[in-house]
Amino acid sequence: MSAPIQTINGTEVPVFYVVDEHDHPAGSSTMLGFWLYLMSDCLIFAMLFATFGVLGGSYAAGPGPKDLFDLKLVALNTAMLLFSSITYGFAMLEMMKGRVKSTQMWLGITGLFGLAFLCIELYEFHHMIHEGAGPWRSAFLSSFFTLVGTHGLHVTFGIIWLVTLMVQVARFGLIEANQRRLMCLSMFWHFLDVVWIGVFTFVYLLGVLR
Amino acid sequence: MSDTAALANTGLAKFIFGRLTLESFPYHEPILVATFAMVALGGIVLLGALTYFKLWGYLWKEWFTSVDHKKIGIMYMVLGIVMLLRGFADAVMMRAQQAMAFNGSDGFLPAHHYDQVFTAHGVIMIFFVAMPLVTGLMNYIVPLQIGARDVSFPFLNNFSFWMTTGGAILVMMSLFVGEFAKTGWLAYPPLSNIGYSPDVGVDYYIWALQVAGVGTTLSGINLIATIVKMRAPGMTMMKMPIFTWTSLCTNVLIVASFPILTAVLALLSLDRYVGTNFFTNDLGGNPMMYVNLIWIWGHPEVYILILPLFGVFSEVTSTFSGKKLFGYTSMVYATLVITILSYLVWLHHFFTMGSGASVNSFFGITTMIISIPTGAKIFNWLFTMYRGRIRFELPMMWTIAFMLTFVIGGMTGVLLAVPPADFVLHNSLFLIAHFHNVIIGGVVFGIFAAINFWFPKAFGFKLDQFWGKVSFWGWVLGFYFAFMPLYVLGLMGVTRRLRTFDDPSLQIWFIIAAFGAVLIAIGIGAFLVQIAVSIWNREKLRDTTGDPWNGRTLEWATSSPPPDYNFAFTPVIHDNDSWWDMKRRGYVRPLEGFKPIHMPKNTGTGVILSVLATTMGFALIWYIWWLAALSFVAIVAVAIFHTFNYNRDFHIPVEDVIRTEGERTKLLAVQAAS
Repeated sequence: MSAPIQTINGTEVPVFYVVDEHDHPAGSSTMLGFWLYLMSDCLIFAMLFATFGVLGGSYAAGPGPKDLFDLKLVALNTAMLLFSSITYGFAMLEMMKGRVKSTQMWLGITGLFGLAFLCIELYEFHHMIHEGAGPWRSAFLSSFFTLVGTHGLHVTFGIIWLVTLMVQVARFGLIEANQRRLMCLSMFWHFLDVVWIGVFTFVYLLGVLR
Repeated sequence: MSDTAALANTGLAKFIFGRLTLESFPYHEPILVATFAMVALGGIVLLGALTYFKLWGYLWKEWFTSVDHKKIGIMYMVLGIVMLLRGFADAVMMRAQQAMAFNGSDGFLPAHHYDQVFTAHGVIMIFFVAMPLVTGLMNYIVPLQIGARDVSFPFLNNFSFWMTTGGAILVMMSLFVGEFAKTGWLAYPPLSNIGYSPDVGVDYYIWALQVAGVGTTLSGINLIATIVKMRAPGMTMMKMPIFTWTSLCTNVLIVASFPILTAVLALLSLDRYVGTNFFTNDLGGNPMMYVNLIWIWGHPEVYILILPLFGVFSEVTSTFSGKKLFGYTSMVYATLVITILSYLVWLHHFFTMGSGASVNSFFGITTMIISIPTGAKIFNWLFTMYRGRIRFELPMMWTIAFMLTFVIGGMTGVLLAVPPADFVLHNSLFLIAHFHNVIIGGVVFGIFAAINFWFPKAFGFKLDQFWGKVSFWGWVLGFYFAFMPLYVLGLMGVTRRLRTFDDPSLQIWFIIAAFGAVLIAIGIGAFLVQIAVSIWNREKLRDTTGDPWNGRTLEWATSSPPPDYNFAFTPVIHDNDSWWDMKRRGYVRPLEGFKPIHMPKNTGTGVILSVLATTMGFALIWYIWWLAALSFVAIVAVAIFHTFNYNRDFHIPVEDVIRTEGERTKLLAVQAAS
């Protein structure tokens, strides 16, 4: 930045302070801050993936992926989550246009897809535990349940957040603060999608190939 | 009939109190009862005084709920210093035990107590002394150095502080309710697993670190965003003060390493609570994975601690040599290189794992490479001093003590980086001496340099010189007496964490080390006296200029202590020693044209959330499931409720700004006249 120069009594003195200052726009650091948080969260997932990588083959004479994973169910589940990302995108497009009602509608649909994802996941977990393949059975299952469960926990919080935001949009409209919050949740939601693609590939698909 | 009633009773008691019973309170341990009596007495006196002088409202309004980065910074420092006393008490107990336990004597600490003491010492010193002190410093100084009014997320800052405090409270609680971990400060499994540590100790460890870890991670995110987004106009990256640079790198390290700690502790708690098999010996678990993962956090952690202090030494050296820092650019790049390399060395903490020659060589070499940028820094400081007009004020004395001491620690570090040498020295007292050499010689000396340097900025008066010097010599001599013998003992093969000894010829070295601990006690005592004496003599030590050391960076441009808004006008930066540049090129302090200033509002939500999180931690430690569930729901509810408050800022009226600035004008005029 080139230094602005001002002249006082014939000698050149640089400008040392901002005379005409405006308020800091609220939330100007929020996107960066939230992105940093997401990256720290990403590290937690990275670490859980690494753990799965190390322990994923330690079946301890118990069931392995081929015995447990139902790829059709997982494909359905993946579809639910991917659709929810698309519908969230639609919600954001409507938000840009300032349409409260259709924004809310798409947010609601996103939440339902998320809920469907969670229900299918819980069904899968329940089924596995029922078969005697709970997280305590082997290190493979410990790391499987923890990785997939942590993702599921994130989706759960995402849904709670989504509902909160829907209430706030209903009460206060698409004001700047709410738009910012929707943007943050959008990043969070798509981030969970990206993580899930990793889970789908490395845990389920490669697991069945293993 | 009565039997079933009693059974129902225990069932009910178990439901209400979990595994907390009367037996959980260590009333049969005289040392703990005496400590508790003292703490309780001190606590009652303190609480009584606060009530008597009607300070509760003041503390709550002006401090606990404050989102002002300066107040939060000071609270972090107070937390760190209070916890230093606890951590040091543990150190003294260990030194005394080891000096006594010869010739068949068992010393004065039973094994289960001694093991808690060395665990608590390590945990407290790293997480609740060094971290709060470093975070406090960054919190206080960074926004001032970059010409900002506060951090990016002021509420988050307050919340982070209280989470750190919540963790500290849990650790302190373990002293009197139940017990602490007996595993060593990193709680390696399988020892820390439920089979070998079934009691609450490891759970205290886990939840204290998890609660505090949330605070640390969020504060890291906050400070990165602050440094990236809130710099004054003109301050490009390469015009940032060096302390801000090292803080930026530190916070990047925090955000990139604390999640690993959070995750690995979560896995350990799953092993303990749910019965998973991550780190067990059977069913496919792998305890060495824990050691790997925790050191992937642990090694960056030591750079998290030292980097900000490298920044402090840079600021101090250039200020007290009256020169621009030698090699600013190389300093920045050295810091960045250390930041990156700190992720590539973790395995040197366990060369003896048996990962093979190639892996060990890789990590040995990367470890040795770190000494290159660090050495470059030492030379930069030396060249800054060269031909400078050095003023031997207290911060400069600490800096010189650091340079001499840290180099020794660095050299023993390179020794330990040689895998074959490490096979001999691993887990010996040589290692203990090495890391105390760099942590005391680097972090602690740096903290004292920083406190002596910036105290006048924070409180408006300098610290007393005489007691500062007593503290300095107590610490420096005490360090050498306490830790040089440990190098000798380590080379003779004495391992760490031993409670009793067979070989009487070793005793003399432990007695010398204990003498060193006494000297350090004098150093700590003198530091507290120094603060008390300085408060007493504050009028004599008053700094009316805001720039008591003829400083170089922006924090010295404002008054001491700075007003809530830091700068009435946001400064414009032309040079990396911006305040020096302003003084040199005829900056005139503006006396009119003030405007209302936009500031964040205080909030009590941080305190409430932290209390709930600490309660949840306590409930999980004691298996009080209903309370854990309840406090968890409450945390979510309070957090959601907080987001419904959109009205989070206000304007400081222009009259207040004019009044504050007018007072400063008067002070400066008095100063100029005298």
